[in-house]
Amino acid sequence: MEKHSYEVENLNLWYGSSQALHEVKMDIPSNQVTAIIGPSGCGKSTFLKALNRMVEMVPGVKVAGNIKYNGDDILSSKYHPEELRTKVGMVFQHPNPFPKSIYDNVAFGARVKGIRKKAVLDEMVEKSLKRAAIWDEVKDRLNKNAMGLSGGQQQRICIARAIANEPDVVLMDEPTSALDPISTLRVEELIQQLKEHYTIVVVTHNMQQASRISDRTAFFLNGEIIEYDNTDQIFSNPRDRRTEDYISGRFG
Amino acid sequence: MENAQKSETNNHRLLKKNGSSSKKNEKRGKALVYSSAAIVIIATLAITLFLGYKGIRTFFVFDVSVWNFLTTTDWDGTENSGAFSFIFGSFAVTFLAALVAAPLGIGSAIFMTEIAKKWGQKVLQPVIEILVGIPSVVYGLIGVTVIVPLLRDNVGGLGFSLLAGMIVVGVMILPTITSISADAIKAIPQDIKDASYGLGATRWQTIYKVIIPAALPSLMTAIVLGMARAFGEALAVQMVIGNVKGLPESITDQAATLTSIITLDMPHTTYGSVHNSLLWSLGLFLLIMSYVFIIIIRFVSSRRKV
Ligand SMILES: Nc1ncnc2c1ncn2[C@@H]1O[C@H](COP(=O)(O)OP(=O)(O)OP(=O)(O)O)[C@@H](O)[C@H]1O
Ligand SMILES: [Mg+2]
Repeated sequence: MEKHSYEVENLNLWYGSSQALHEVKMDIPSNQVTAIIGPSGCGKSTFLKALNRMVEMVPGVKVAGNIKYNGDDILSSKYHPEELRTKVGMVFQHPNPFPKSIYDNVAFGARVKGIRKKAVLDEMVEKSLKRAAIWDEVKDRLNKNAMGLSGGQQQRICIARAIANEPDVVLMDEPTSALDPISTLRVEELIQQLKEHYTIVVVTHNMQQASRISDRTAFFLNGEIIEYDNTDQIFSNPRDRRTEDYISGRFG
Repeated sequence: MENAQKSETNNHRLLKKNGSSSKKNEKRGKALVYSSAAIVIIATLAITLFLGYKGIRTFFVFDVSVWNFLTTTDWDGTENSGAFSFIFGSFAVTFLAALVAAPLGIGSAIFMTEIAKKWGQKVLQPVIEILVGIPSVVYGLIGVTVIVPLLRDNVGGLGFSLLAGMIVVGVMILPTITSISADAIKAIPQDIKDASYGLGATRWQTIYKVIIPAALPSLMTAIVLGMARAFGEALAVQMVIGNVKGLPESITDQAATLTSIITLDMPHTTYGSVHNSLLWSLGLFLLIMSYVFIIIIRFVSSRRKV
């Protein structure tokens, strides 16, 4: 049987009194790329942020249901969200490096965990930057401020920063929407390489991107999962009319 | 057809009319803004020149040695007077007050922006705005009636002391530091806080590893502004510090500051005397220091990162 990083069941979520997710059920396979598509406001980011419990930081949010991460119930009060977030990394829509050096950005997670040894940090920074395919561009200026890099480089620094924590899942919310086509291509290639080591969940508005890089695709509409299947299946032969309408650009 | 043409010319006329009157308005506005700016610059220049002229006379007309003036402590109103104890007193009050107010101010700024946002914005923020507006004489009065007796009974001495000055001025500059720090922290973009939480940092780790470093230049600016205010404060300090000429030996000793000596001695001097001129020199020193504070603030805030 296929291994799942996440098993989500009956997930309902409210912002105040308005419900943003309805009975979401979704198993996310390990070491694969899962794409989440759907029109604006359908709950993609909300779902992603539920997976690392970042959504709880919104005042007035209420979450009900079941999210199992590697078999553990992460919604239980015993589960510390900080611990979860060191194992489930996140990359945001807009590159958001800290106004610190490149080195300090990548070493941030390790330092939060209390790792101080320079040799350990050095090695980890190098390895992460290499994995994020940005090492060659920045190896001579690790002590320069990361804000001085281009948007595409910043986003790869953010990816390096996320994987430096040695997570096993990386959540990406429209990671290329603020990037130019060439940077986008590099990040897409990177995602393909990363799935060897990590489970990747990526939200995207770009249908071609979803079909290029993902193994499985979920189509969200109004906070519900309409269809969730192998990417080939979704794009070549969708079962639901609404999926077909969406991917062929007939709405949303 | 004809109608359309007519309305077009009408429109044209309207536009023209609007155009010329808005141009006039623009000119008037420009004149107003430019002359305001000119007045501010002229006033600053005039104060600087006047104080410079008056202050420098001591050293040229009365032949007081600058070195002697800055480094000795004997203040008798003659050519041999030295202002070092007041310079020391002013710096001591300023740094001690900052020592009290900086941690408290930044702490409460963090509290009201990051920890208890609702409560902080509804209660703390208005309280701080009120505190900023309280005249310094009120701080002085409270200092004399509450702090001074409290120190006398619990710490010893007369109560009038550097320590009393530090507490009163510290409390006085606290709201300044708090409100500027709070603005600085609020200006830190949410997305770098999200990045920190997303990497598994707790709220405290996010505060001291991300928020404080990113806001640091602005926090420093807040502290220096508070110090500038402390350095120039006269009334409240004068009411609690004792105004004793001579170097204090401990924090519980009485002392005097540049400002308190100017306000106390001025009525007892005759215009044109050495003593009078010496006070102008103290004023010039204060002015130079306020320029120094401004330069420091410029320098620190130019290092802002976000
Ligand atoms: N912080 C919030 N407070 C209240 N409602 C919110 C909040 N964030 C999102 N929502 C609401 O929840 C719903 C889902 O939003 P979400 O951001 O998850 O959509 P999305 O699919 O990511 O959209 P987009 O493609 O535009 O990013 C929307 O109706 C939105 O208005
Ligand atoms: Mg979104």
